[in-house]
Amino acid sequence: MVAENIFFSIFAVIMIVGAIRVVTSSNVVHAALWLVTVLAGAAGQYILLSAEFVAITQVLVYIGAVMVLFLFGTMLTRAKLGQESDLNNKSWMLGIPVALLLLGTMTYALIDSFGDEKLPNNSDVVTTQVISDQIFGPYLIPFWALSFVLLAATIGAIVLARKD
Amino acid sequence: MLLNQFLLLGAALFCIGVYGVIARKNAVMVLMSIELILNSVNLNLLAFAMRNGTADGHTFALYVIAVAAAEVGVGLALVLLIYRNRRNIALEDLSEMKG
Repeated sequence: MVAENIFFSIFAVIMIVGAIRVVTSSNVVHAALWLVTVLAGAAGQYILLSAEFVAITQVLVYIGAVMVLFLFGTMLTRAKLGQESDLNNKSWMLGIPVALLLLGTMTYALIDSFGDEKLPNNSDVVTTQVISDQIFGPYLIPFWALSFVLLAATIGAIVLARKD
Repeated sequence: MLLNQFLLLGAALFCIGVYGVIARKNAVMVLMSIELILNSVNLNLLAFAMRNGTADGHTFALYVIAVAAAEVGVGLALVLLIYRNRRNIALEDLSEMKG
């Protein structure tokens, strides 16, 4: 299981560095491209967690569709694409202690409650068939609710963005 | 693999996302930070699904991805509307409802 840990470390470093660049970059397009590396790293972690269908969906939906939306929004809401100095709030320093405090609390709670509990080594890959049996079986009502959420979001986006 | 390595990675991503939501002024950047937060949640759901040996976490992760896509669509439509009316998308200028 050494290979898994090596891949986990590589993906984790990529994700943390990318995430920090997303929230500190002074260029919106660069931040969006760093977000791509975080999302791709997350897809890699899902593969390690034997979640192939979720990983594929992550690549299709996030890297394919959501990133295009972000870049599209960036292009439509600003003329200039270079560096920008005023992307942060006046009180942005306040975020650092809040985030560090939160991280400290969560780290303490996680280490306290899960310690060095191991994940099962021989777990099977969760196939698409199992997930579809779940979605169209016990989770059918949430699936319907979700389709209404998507319908409402589509109609809402059209109504909001339409010019009249 | 330890369970905690995934949970701690999720916690780190979550905190970076919270920092982004607090620190950023540009509305598009705030939406990107929210994406970081939602991804950390997915990581936790899948880690616990593997620990428990069930597929429920996978289903929830897929639902989270779908809700996040809907949220980004509506959020960016709102940002475009704000931009059309005010010619900038700085969130601290949107304070008309402050008492």
